[in-house]
Amino acid sequence: MAARRISSLLTRSLSVSSSSVSTSLFSSLGKNSGRNGIGKRFSTAAALEDLIVPPVQIAYTQNLIDGKFVDAASGKTFPTYDPRTGDVIANVAEGDAEDIDRAVAAARKAFDEGPWPKMTPYERSRIMLRFADLVEKHSEELAALETWNNGKPHEQSAKSELPMFIRLFHYYAGWADKIHGLTVPADGPHHVQTLHEPIGVAGQIIPWNFPLIMFAWKVGPALACGNTIVLKTAEQTPLTALYVAKLFHEAGLPPGVLNVVSGYGPTAGAALASHMDVDKVAFTGSTDTGKIVLELAAKSNLKPVTLELGGKSPFIICEDADVDKAVELAHFALFFNQGQCCCAGSRTFVHERVYDEFIEKAKARALRRVVGDPFRKGVEQGPQIDTEQFEKVLRYIRAGIESNATLECGGDRLGTKGYFVQPTVFSNVMDDMLIAKDEIFGPVQSILKFKDIDEVIRRANNTRYGLAAGVFTKSVETANTLTRALRAGTVWVNCFDVFDAAIPFGGYKMSGIGREKGIYSLHNYLQVKAVVTPLKNPAWL
Amino acid sequence: MAARRISSLLSCSLSYSSLLPKGRFCGVGRVVSGYSTSAGIENPINPSIKVHCTQLLINGNFVDSASGKTFPTYDPRTGDVIAHVAEGDAEDIDRAVCAARKAFDEGPWPKMTAYERSKVLFRFSDLLDKHIEELATLETWDNGKPYEQSAKIELPMISRIIRYYAGWADKIHGLTIPADGPHLVQTIHEPIGVAGQIIPWNFPLLMFAWKVGPALACGCTIVLKSAEQTPLSALYAAKLLHEAGLPPGVLNVVSGFGPTAGAALASHMDVDKLAFTGSSETGKIVLELASKSNLKPVILELGGKSPFIVCKDADVDKAVELAHFALFFNQGQCCSAGSRTYVHEDVHDEFIEKAKARALKRSVGDPFKAGVEQGPQIDSEQFEKILRYIRSGIESGATLITGGDRLGSKGFYIQPTVFTNVKEDMLIAQDEIFGPVQSILKFRDMDEVIRRANSTRYGLAAGVFTNDLDTANTLSRALKVGTVWINCYDVFDAAIPFGGYKMSGQGREKGVHCLSNYLQVKAIVAPLKNPAWI
Repeated sequence: MAARRISSLLTRSLSVSSSSVSTSLFSSLGKNSGRNGIGKRFSTAAALEDLIVPPVQIAYTQNLIDGKFVDAASGKTFPTYDPRTGDVIANVAEGDAEDIDRAVAAARKAFDEGPWPKMTPYERSRIMLRFADLVEKHSEELAALETWNNGKPHEQSAKSELPMFIRLFHYYAGWADKIHGLTVPADGPHHVQTLHEPIGVAGQIIPWNFPLIMFAWKVGPALACGNTIVLKTAEQTPLTALYVAKLFHEAGLPPGVLNVVSGYGPTAGAALASHMDVDKVAFTGSTDTGKIVLELAAKSNLKPVTLELGGKSPFIICEDADVDKAVELAHFALFFNQGQCCCAGSRTFVHERVYDEFIEKAKARALRRVVGDPFRKGVEQGPQIDTEQFEKVLRYIRAGIESNATLECGGDRLGTKGYFVQPTVFSNVMDDMLIAKDEIFGPVQSILKFKDIDEVIRRANNTRYGLAAGVFTKSVETANTLTRALRAGTVWVNCFDVFDAAIPFGGYKMSGIGREKGIYSLHNYLQVKAVVTPLKNPAWL
Repeated sequence: MAARRISSLLSCSLSYSSLLPKGRFCGVGRVVSGYSTSAGIENPINPSIKVHCTQLLINGNFVDSASGKTFPTYDPRTGDVIAHVAEGDAEDIDRAVCAARKAFDEGPWPKMTAYERSKVLFRFSDLLDKHIEELATLETWDNGKPYEQSAKIELPMISRIIRYYAGWADKIHGLTIPADGPHLVQTIHEPIGVAGQIIPWNFPLLMFAWKVGPALACGCTIVLKSAEQTPLSALYAAKLLHEAGLPPGVLNVVSGFGPTAGAALASHMDVDKLAFTGSSETGKIVLELASKSNLKPVILELGGKSPFIVCKDADVDKAVELAHFALFFNQGQCCSAGSRTYVHEDVHDEFIEKAKARALKRSVGDPFKAGVEQGPQIDSEQFEKILRYIRSGIESGATLITGGDRLGSKGFYIQPTVFTNVKEDMLIAQDEIFGPVQSILKFRDMDEVIRRANSTRYGLAAGVFTNDLDTANTLSRALKVGTVWINCYDVFDAAIPFGGYKMSGQGREKGVHCLSNYLQVKAIVAPLKNPAWI
């Protein structure tokens, strides 16, 4: 029941946030921002000058290999930063090819000799459940660390993401002892069965936008299926993965089963993707990097690859939509997590009949958005992750202005330090503008006008991406037509960013290959083996 | 019932081949000479059919290639040209993809009901049965495999596979999914779009069925590139599929070469999926092209060096027959060939004596002749490669106990060859030879043979010969391969998934597992108001 309550809180907070029943985090933020946002363009920017000191110490900065924290083979470290200021938080061991080699050797041994895949699934599930309990116990430190290193609102880390992380491990712990093969109908006197075996050593490369959630999406199914892991974190956010990996060992995970290497893509990441002793790679990140990862896998040992890549997801508001709810949801779909979501609803298609009203309200909502120190209560938006992303977002804003989209609000940085960007809304966006084609990965909403369903289907699908889509309508027919026609891995109808553990997530087209979460994610970490034997005088076939 | 009978015949023929008339034939056929009926080699039987379809099949029409070029396809019995076939290149692939794209995006194929699609496939399999003689003749003429194998095993297997997938078309279910809150969550399994499919020459029609069957059942449209060695039967079968009611553009067949037509297909930006069967080296290139272009998902069925393990409790006579079949079937040109025969030391000497005798009994000759078990290799390139591997086996110190050379003076016939005293570090124990060369290795205990059997970059299949349940269970779990045949080999029922671990490939074909290759999963989420339950 506790789990159910936490989960439904999550779900609500991520979907029907504007409804009056909801007491969720998100709508209360909305109300706060209404109060704070009067008079000023972007509410609580004041807080940017007077930052809260994070209530957490950094204990783990080394690589975790074979159950031990160790320095990098080279002895090198790299700095990790506080996005609020650009100041260094800690120096972290910098993994490279040699560290990856050591980690893979440990994972290889833990797989080939055990104990992990030789333990019963029930034993594996117990360790995962104990781990979830430990994370729950340490939720406060972890949420603080996540916000400090990533810049996302602390309330989001603590009330939404940590409970979601725990829920995901409960989910996958439950799968461990429910992985069934099939017995298979034969064309002759044979007994045929399939075994679903762990695939071996999994290399996993995770991004910086949801460091802990991405850890759970990757590590959960791989461990439930009996694999061992070498995980490379994003260089921007190495801290929380090390912390939870430590807790995992406290929960009873044998050494070598989960190895965590901090480091950069072209060095540690490339070494992992091209390693000859890694049996599987899972990558979440940009489409450009995903292509390189797949190439490295193809050129080395043909390890199968799961890719979760970029998106330019349409959010479609039909003429029968409740405009107020649609505005709120479209705002959430784009601005959530500083716009740093691969599934961000970054092309807001609005029907011409409600377009003008929508623009006005979307602008008002963006102006009300509370931007500030993510540790401060009521703040909806923190800084972007780093200077590179910050500059990129500002470049796209300039491109939007130059291409003659109408800047309704925002358009610049906020404050003078850190990587804060004003919530920005463009209207009159055309499909051929860069801001309508590229993944901006920032708080920049692009609003496009449409006239009829066929047109919006064609335009929504006219992208190399196909990760997700939002549809806002009261009509069952419109909903059914759009959900089939949109070439996207997830369609949220009258909601957005609902991320239950059982809902598969992944992309069509250049948004990726394969699905994570849900029953589908298990295939990524299993090999299918057919076993055939003859039958003598079978009673039936 | 008819289907059941045919199928069980297939299963038997592929496991206990010694029980079949074919086995007796070769016993009778064997007289004094080393390899029985090589006589037929010098006077090849004239195939009783004409070659009609040699153009590309694009958008429902047979057309010349854009360049107007053609290439010759050969009779492996003689090396003579059978026909000149339109040579597809990038521009032809473009046209074919365009037709497939239109047939997918505008329909009718994915917009027809699943039941209608299944009926087209059922009608196609009936037509295959009706034209079994022409198809089997064409297959043997172009490929060199025994006609009896084409007609009695492969063609029935092909129509069986198409019927299998026809049955799947209206049984592709999505899921409704338990939610963590007041939401209705469902998945729909959608056709992935335009599938590019590249098939090999060793089982041209069977590979056609493995690829085309599931893609069409799932509602996809196809551009198929056949192997340049064997373009003929796919064109014929595709024509029959149109006669069965397939709308134009749904299946396009382009004959041509890998570096031109194949590469254009693999790197095409409008192709949504790629399926490739062939060598591991080419598979890597295909995957690279897919990753450099539009990240289309790729399924790969690649090479193998599959162990066949004869334990000490095995019935040696049966094991010899089965190991022989596992390696020599289809002139040794199987990706799943049991090409490392591990024999326990207690039965090793008896085994090699009998394996040699069985190889000597093998009836090699004109594949159109009744009773012939082995025809020529596919072409001069493969023929020369195999002879090089045989020389390498001799030079590396393996013991050649029979065979070792070509047979006759024309075409690409090779003597059934057996090596003993083979060690893991020899090339013939590591590389895929793809020819009638059996390598026998001795082993002592279970852990050792597991380690040695797994010590390869491949992981396609394995054979295990034992009557001991513990041994069978231990080996079937420990071997890192996609299929384990216990006391049988090459059982290829439609429902049995097939595919590789490690560098033998990615994904599975056949069976329920195959469908996911041609489907995209879409999750749909909508809020529930006052739900009666969650």
